[in-house]
Amino acid sequence: MSARTVVVVDDHAMFRTGVKAELSAQPGRIRVLGEAADVDDAVRAVTTLRPEVVLLDVHLPGGGGAEVMRRIAARRSTTPGLSDTRFLALSVSDAAEDVIGTIRAGARGYVTKTITGPELVAAIERVATGDAVFSPRLAGFVLDAFAGTIEVAQVDEDLDRLTEREREVMRLIARGYAYKEVAKELFISVKTVETHVSSVLRKLQLSSRHELTRWASDRRLL
Amino acid sequence: MSTSAPPRTTGPRTAYRSTDDRWVGGVAAGLARHLGVDALPVRVAFLVAASVGGFGLAVYAGLWLVLPTDSHLEVSAPGLEAATRSGRRPRRSRRVRDMGPLVAVAAVALGVVVLAQGVLGSSVLFWPLLLGAVGLAVLWRQADEAQRERWLDSSGRVDFVRAVVGRGGVASYARLAAGAGLLLAALVLFAVQTGQAGVARDVIVAGGLGVAGLALVIGPWLFRLVGDLSEERAARVRSQERADMAAHLHDSVLQTLALIQRHAEDGRTVATLARSQERDLRSWLYGDAPAAESSVAGALKAAAAEVEDAHGVPVEVVVVADAPVTEGVRPLLLAAREAMANAARHSGAPRVDVYAECGDRVVEVFVRDRGRGFDPAAVPEDRLGVRRSIEDRMRRHGGGAAVRTAPGEGTEVRLSTAPSSPASTPASTGAGAGEDR
Repeated sequence: MSARTVVVVDDHAMFRTGVKAELSAQPGRIRVLGEAADVDDAVRAVTTLRPEVVLLDVHLPGGGGAEVMRRIAARRSTTPGLSDTRFLALSVSDAAEDVIGTIRAGARGYVTKTITGPELVAAIERVATGDAVFSPRLAGFVLDAFAGTIEVAQVDEDLDRLTEREREVMRLIARGYAYKEVAKELFISVKTVETHVSSVLRKLQLSSRHELTRWASDRRLL
Repeated sequence: MSTSAPPRTTGPRTAYRSTDDRWVGGVAAGLARHLGVDALPVRVAFLVAASVGGFGLAVYAGLWLVLPTDSHLEVSAPGLEAATRSGRRPRRSRRVRDMGPLVAVAAVALGVVVLAQGVLGSSVLFWPLLLGAVGLAVLWRQADEAQRERWLDSSGRVDFVRAVVGRGGVASYARLAAGAGLLLAALVLFAVQTGQAGVARDVIVAGGLGVAGLALVIGPWLFRLVGDLSEERAARVRSQERADMAAHLHDSVLQTLALIQRHAEDGRTVATLARSQERDLRSWLYGDAPAAESSVAGALKAAAAEVEDAHGVPVEVVVVADAPVTEGVRPLLLAAREAMANAARHSGAPRVDVYAECGDRVVEVFVRDRGRGFDPAAVPEDRLGVRRSIEDRMRRHGGGAAVRTAPGEGTEVRLSTAPSSPASTPASTGAGAGEDR
């Protein structure tokens, strides 16, 4: 397996340096192509360098990480090769609306900045292969967002609720289980766990249920 | 502020009365600073002008009346300002220095009295004028202090009494009364000396009518001005509160950094310090800290923070939905705290995961570590930490507890209870969630 290519986008130079040092410690697995400090830089770097994975800070001057993903998405049709780029959100903010907003803008996962080096490398590899990365916190947010009010009279019913199995997987991840442990617990394969997680991610991104946005804005009142 | 540099302002240049370099009202020093010259020539000019028919005195008094003080321009470092506002720094004492100008005013006044009496003789107008002048001086001085206190005070309201008498106290009321009394005495004396008592009454009535007319004319404007001032002050108080909070946080970050330097070799301590500081900053910046005493999420996060600080192991808390802390939930929270502490103390795991789900009928908490685990059957009866404080407690309160562990497998403690008090819903909990493992 060749090394995964990565661009680091964060407005804190110190953090970029730290992440690069950590990732460069595993030269066979990760290769850092470049870095950027704001939205314009990030769009430029991603379009020219074409990394497999973009480590994207949620809070970024110029409109935040979501803006980067929007602009890249707009260029996908004209620039071949960009569609392979995937985004992994990295943030110090645990604010639910930021996290959910970033996922809905197209990120394949969300991890907090306190993540350890090996865990980050594993997360990058997982995102690069098209899987989703759910931290316990993100799983908690998802359960919160899809909790309770399951009204059958929804138009997009499939997208607006989690299946019982998906809910089980999310609960185990929220309890701190790794994918492997989830698989063992539920007597299913890791591949199946990944499928469930990806399906939850898709629902999170595509669901039109307005409860999702209302939930996010309500969280601020807590 | 002890610098002599002119205060920087963004708007048009404005003259201020100097508060730190003054003999009487700070007018001369302020004017000198505004004109960019030394204070001494200005003072001499004022004295010379004063000796020529009192013109200098009039100008000085007029400027004293209209020029604002420069004390609000005293800007020091944010941390120092915050500390000053919250009373954590010694205040600059002003009492002793205040006596100097006062003595000077008294001496000058005495000199003027003697001089005037020598030059003019005891004219009809002399005593009324003198009394009036002294009364005005006392009132101005009073207003001056009140203004200064308005800049310093941060209680958020402007009221008229305060604007005149400052922070109150017998002295300021006495001075106010003395000033007003002197003015009144001057008026009466003038009236009596120049004519009959009827004229005096007419003069007083005319004066009163004049004041009433003025109040009618400028009253609304004054009212609006006070309103604007209150708003501005409210905004200033808010920004000061924010600044104080930020300063407090930055201060605690500094303390943490100092501690980290001292414990640079002890990785665990450094991590604990960094972690607890991060928690503080995060909850302030992103405001994700619900009240610890009223909500399950808040209580669990507070417990996790305590365990982190005590044992130096990060505890990640994820809560889905939230519930108020009721009597039924309290044992669960205590048991969860015990489980977190156990995991941090004994498991050797680098991290403890806590997950809580608050439903309508049941509240569940999972405390999990990936540490060394243990064989539940091999725990001797006398080591009752887990059994008594967690399992028994939960059962006693109608909830459930289950410990799932094996050597090398880590440990997961699962707790559940009904959010309402156990007495009211005895059936729904006991056999329920907790005991199937």
